[in-house]
Amino acid sequence: MAAESAATGGPQSALFQRRRGRQLFEQAIGWVLFLCAAVTVLTTVGIVLILVIEGLQFFGDVSPWEFFTGTKWTPLYTNQAFGVLPLIGGTLMVAIGAAFISVPVGSVTAIYLSEFASPNVRAVLKPILEILAGIPTVVYGYFALTAVTPFIGNFAEPTIFNAASAMVVVGIMTIPMVSSLSDDALHAVPQDLRDAAYAVGSTRFEVTTRVVYPAALSGVIASYILAASRAVGETMAVTIAAGSTPNLTWNPLESIQTMTAFIVQVSLGDTPHGTIEFRTIFAVALTLFVMTLVMNVIAARVTARFREVYD
Amino acid sequence: MAAGHPTVTRDSYVPRLSFRQTVGTGFLALCMAGTMVGIVFLAVLLTDVWRDGVGFLRWEFLEAFPSRFPERAGFQSALWGSLWLIATTAMLAFPIGVGAAIYLEEYAPRNFVTRAIQINISNLAGVPSIVFGLLGLQIFVRGTIGIGPSVGGGFGRSIIAGGATMALLILPIVIVAAQEAIKAVPPSLREASYGVGATRWQTVWHHVLPQAFPGILTGTILALSRAIGETAPLIMIGALTFVAFRPEDLLDPFTVMPIQIYNWVSRPQADFHDLAATGIIVLLFVLLSMNALAVFLRQWTGRRYGR
Repeated sequence: MAAESAATGGPQSALFQRRRGRQLFEQAIGWVLFLCAAVTVLTTVGIVLILVIEGLQFFGDVSPWEFFTGTKWTPLYTNQAFGVLPLIGGTLMVAIGAAFISVPVGSVTAIYLSEFASPNVRAVLKPILEILAGIPTVVYGYFALTAVTPFIGNFAEPTIFNAASAMVVVGIMTIPMVSSLSDDALHAVPQDLRDAAYAVGSTRFEVTTRVVYPAALSGVIASYILAASRAVGETMAVTIAAGSTPNLTWNPLESIQTMTAFIVQVSLGDTPHGTIEFRTIFAVALTLFVMTLVMNVIAARVTARFREVYD
Repeated sequence: MAAGHPTVTRDSYVPRLSFRQTVGTGFLALCMAGTMVGIVFLAVLLTDVWRDGVGFLRWEFLEAFPSRFPERAGFQSALWGSLWLIATTAMLAFPIGVGAAIYLEEYAPRNFVTRAIQINISNLAGVPSIVFGLLGLQIFVRGTIGIGPSVGGGFGRSIIAGGATMALLILPIVIVAAQEAIKAVPPSLREASYGVGATRWQTVWHHVLPQAFPGILTGTILALSRAIGETAPLIMIGALTFVAFRPEDLLDPFTVMPIQIYNWVSRPQADFHDLAATGIIVLLFVLLSMNALAVFLRQWTGRRYGR
C-alpha cells in the first residue's frame, strides 16, 4: 500500500526520483553513443585539417604551379625539384595496368558466379576469391619481387624493381573488389528480366550480355572505379615491387615510384619534422587523398544516378 | 498478327541456333577460365611462399629476435608487437564502433546530420590507409595538428599510438558490420520490450545487443584481421623495424609482423627473402586462425541465441 501512495505521490516521492534518475541516465547514454558516432566525423576533419595545414605550409615555399606541372621530382637531393608529375604518372601507370587485369577478370568472374555457377559452386568459389582481398599487401609485394619479376624476365628484360610486377599483383588483389561488387549488381537484376528474355528465345549468353549486364551497368562501373581507387591508394606492394625511382615513363619494365611509395620512403628515412622535405609527404598525401575521394564520389554518383529502379 | 508487320515474314526469321549456342559455350568457357585466374594465382602464391619459407620454419624462429644473421633471426618481437597492437586496437575500436552503430540504428533522428555521418563513414572506408598513418603520426605520435603547440606531446612512437591509428582505420568496417547485425534484429523484439515499459537503453542492452552480438563479433574479428596485415600506416607512425625486445606496456616502441617482413624483403640477400617467406607463413596462419574463429563464433553463438 505504501508503494501505491508513492506511485501517486508528488515530486518528492521515491518513484518519481527513480524515474528522473532513469531519464538522466538515458539522456547521458544517448550523448555517449552520439560521441562514438562523432569520432568518425572527427577523423575526417582531422585528416583534412592535417593535410591542408601542412600542405599550405608546403605551398608557401613551393608554388602549386611548379608542384603540379613540374616533371622532375628530387626533393631529397641537394638540387631540389618539386614536380609531382613523375609520382602521379607512376601511380596512374600502375593503376591502369592493374585495371587491365582486374576489370576483365573480375567481370567474367562476376558473370560466372552470378549467371552460370550453381549455388554450391558459388558457395565454394566466393570465399576463396575473398581470400585474395584478405591477403596482406606486403605478401603481394614479396610475391611480385621474388616470383612475378623473374617470371616476366622469361619474356622481357625488366629491372629488379619494375612497374609491371606491381601492376600484376595490384591487378590480382583488386579482382575480388570488381567481382564481388559486380556480382552484387548482377544479382540485383530481377529474375523477370531474364525470364522475359528467355521467353522470346534468347540463349543464356544473349540474356547475360544484352539484358542482365546492361541492366547492372551502374553497379558494375562503380566497381571498376572503386577498384581503381584502391589501386591508386595501394602502398606496400608497389613500394616493394615498383621501386623508388621517380620516373616519368610509360615503360612498365622500368623502375618507377608511386605517390604512396614516396611517402613511405620519406618516413623510413631520417628527414626531420618541420622541414620542407618532410612537408612534401603531406602535399603528396593531399593530392592522393583528393584523387581517391573524387573517384569514390564519382562511383557513388554513378550508382545513384544510373541505377535502374525495379519494382 | 504477322499481317500487321509485312516486313517480318517467316523467312526473315533465321534462328542460327547452333551458332548462337556455340558462342554461348565459348563465353561460358571464357568466364570459367577467368574465374580460375584468381584461384590459380592464389594457389601459386601460397605454394611459392611455403616453398621459400618452410626452410626457416621451426620453433627458434618464433623465439628469436631480429638479427643480422638470417639463421639466427626470428620473429618474437614482431609476433608480440602484433598481439599487443591488435589487443589495443580491439579495445578502442570495439566499444566506439558498436556505440556508433547503436546510435545510428537505434537513436539517431532521420535528419541531415545522421545522413552526413553515414556518408562520411562510407567515404572514410575508401581513404587510403597510408593517409590514416599521417593522421596518427600528427595526432597520436606528436600530439599536434601541424600548427600551434603540441598538446601534451603525444604518445611518441608507441603501441598506444599505433593502436589508436589502427582503431580509426578499421572503425568504418566495425560500424557497418555492427549496423548490419543490429538491423537484422526483428522490430517485434523491440516493440515487445517497449510494450512492457522498458526504456530505449534497456531495450538495446537486454534485447537488441544480445541478438546482434554474434554478427557484431564476427564483423569485428574480420576487421581486426585486416588491421593485423596492415603495414603502411604503422610505417608512417614509425613502428621500428629493429626491436630486440618484447613490448611491456602501451608506451613501448614496437614492431609488427608485416613490418618485419617488409624489412626482410627489402634486404638484398636471398636468405632474408626466405626469412620473409617464413614470416609470411606465420602471418597467414594467424590470419587464418582469426577468420576460423570468426566463423566458429558466428556458428556457436548463433545457436545459443536461437537464431
